[in-house]
Amino acid sequence: MTAIPDHGRRIVAAVDADARALGIRPGMTITKARAFAPELDVVDAEPEVDFEGLRRLALWVGARYSPVVAPDPPDGLWLDVTGCAALFSSERALLKDLHRRTGAFGLSLQIAVADTAGCAHAVARYVPAGRPVTIEPGAHRKAIALLPIRALRLPPADVEALRKLGFERVEQLTGAPRGPLAKRFGRELHRRLDQALGTLPEPIEPIFPEQLPRARRGFMEPIATAEAFAQVIGDLAHDIAGQLGRLGKGARRLDCYFHRVDGQVQAIRVGTAAPSRDPKHLAKLLTAKIETIDPGLGIEAMTLVAPLIEVQALRQGESLESLTRRGPDLPALVDTLANRFGQRSLHRTVPRPGAMPERSVAITPALRQADGAAWSDELPRPSRMLARPEPVDVIALLPDDAPRLFVWRGKRYRVTQGDGPERLQGEWWRDGGIEGETPLSVRDYYQVETEAGGRYWLFRLGDGVHAATGSMRWFIHGAFA
Amino acid sequence: MRHPAVLADLRAKIARIDGVCARHEVLPFGVDAVDSRLPGGGIATGALHEIAGSPELADDASATIFLAGILARTEGPVFWCLRWHDLFAPALHLAGLHPDRVIHVEAGSDTNVLLAMEECLRHPGLAGVVGEVSKYSCVASKRLQLAAETSGVPAFVFRRTSKADQAAEGTAAVTRWRITASPSEDLGIPSLGRPRWRVALERVRGGNPHFWILEGCDATGRIALPAALVDRPAAQEDRQAAA
Repeated sequence: MTAIPDHGRRIVAAVDADARALGIRPGMTITKARAFAPELDVVDAEPEVDFEGLRRLALWVGARYSPVVAPDPPDGLWLDVTGCAALFSSERALLKDLHRRTGAFGLSLQIAVADTAGCAHAVARYVPAGRPVTIEPGAHRKAIALLPIRALRLPPADVEALRKLGFERVEQLTGAPRGPLAKRFGRELHRRLDQALGTLPEPIEPIFPEQLPRARRGFMEPIATAEAFAQVIGDLAHDIAGQLGRLGKGARRLDCYFHRVDGQVQAIRVGTAAPSRDPKHLAKLLTAKIETIDPGLGIEAMTLVAPLIEVQALRQGESLESLTRRGPDLPALVDTLANRFGQRSLHRTVPRPGAMPERSVAITPALRQADGAAWSDELPRPSRMLARPEPVDVIALLPDDAPRLFVWRGKRYRVTQGDGPERLQGEWWRDGGIEGETPLSVRDYYQVETEAGGRYWLFRLGDGVHAATGSMRWFIHGAFA
Repeated sequence: MRHPAVLADLRAKIARIDGVCARHEVLPFGVDAVDSRLPGGGIATGALHEIAGSPELADDASATIFLAGILARTEGPVFWCLRWHDLFAPALHLAGLHPDRVIHVEAGSDTNVLLAMEECLRHPGLAGVVGEVSKYSCVASKRLQLAAETSGVPAFVFRRTSKADQAAEGTAAVTRWRITASPSEDLGIPSLGRPRWRVALERVRGGNPHFWILEGCDATGRIALPAALVDRPAAQEDRQAAA
């Protein structure tokens, strides 16, 4: 429990879970708290140190999740996750990751996402869900309607006064006439209400780590066209490439901030597959995302920051080599595609020791060095494989003949030739799989050629002796050349 | 003035205007019967080619390997832009195209596949760019053809599950192929011989359509004429095509 001086007495600033269980709440006087538990361990609060910790957390969150982050003292962080989900495949995945990693620091936290900062603030503090809460777009009005009015970030005295007037929940305030309330409580009340409802903008002023390469341009006249942005991005990229060059580093991530005249800050974040300080390349990645910026009434300043930099070694003779061998500029192309379609959509395949064909291939980042793992070139494999084997009706001679006829997707295929079986044993250490498949299951694969010449890959589940190995049903798994 | 040099010069000029493999090299199949039908003697790099199978999965599978075979005989990275998730890498390896060379781009939709292809085609030095789409317009084909011409990278649009009568649309592609499976030789034992394809060259700029029955790719991506057909006189094949 920490204490803080207030008007000549000491009041409780923060409590841990044990103290909370005793009924001690922030805002009590220490003497009253001692009445609950005389052996209380009281430490002087250090707001400056707390704020510094919050700032460090904000910088960490900023480097990992979103370029627009700001501390919200004493105990909150603002995070603008607009457009940041691409790096994590979905917003849900981003929140889960944030929740898990921050929780791993030993912090207890509550995350809420909403259209407006005010709504997210209220939901995070007054809806104790224990997991990230997402308020769907457009639902923020409904979400805060039933929350108590202190969720609106009002001074405690106003909250108390409103309660005496009978206002308990936010919905009562939204329905009430504004004039009399404004006369009594000033503009602050409706400013907070409007911020939560989204009728009044609430900009988040992002914080930056110091000492990072950074370039800034302020404008005499606000600019608003894509061409102008591209021009400025080119200049900024040039500046930042110069700074990176002096450090001997390359950028792995760039954030470009657009400061709007109304105080809103919007940002573009791009990542690179390999450290880069080529101004043209960096500018190209950024300009590809200009369309996500809403300039509003105009942009009055732009800042480019490289929050993630890595040593970019210049190999000896690299420049000579690149002059003589006109190889493709793969990192540049991979970056462009990855920033457009998402990091995960770009990959190469590597063999993986999995017994079943669908588990025999793994994916790896497009630019990772090949580790020379060998692909098997003994057994025929289909060039088109169904994501899930589909059941087929088959006429086949038992025990081991290839099918004579099969029906797939309502079409009959008469088989003229066949080859097999190739027996694949299930991975006994693994559960699940296709319908009714147990870890013990066995698949007998057959290559069959139909009358038209098409070749398909069929398999029968089970070895015909042990029931645990499968149901003896037939499936189709792919097609050969 | 009918002078061979003047005619050759004019032809070169027209070829340059048309963009028909005037400046870029070609990738021969190594099968005379096929190469002789293609201007320049092979698949032109720096140009757009269309490949199709049929709604049958086996035919699309054959077209995939036909494509892998062409790319197997090139050097450098290949970008394979996908909408479907059914491409199975071990088969590419079996056709001689090492999966380490293939970068998959899961673009998600036809539009995105074409966008990704165009972006890739702006980078010279790639071995090839493949895009799998279900439909694409003449305008899109022109854009890809232009991009391919500029960089010299061969581009392949793979029209998935394409019906035979869909081919009527105009296109800027230099060649258009349709690969369908064809019954292979009966070995007389319960085993399968080398696969056979009916390879139809439906359209070729500066040449005539034709079709062949060919044997599928070997481990280095080479196709071949079936042994029984190799010694057959060329005239007979032509009659077959006309029939």
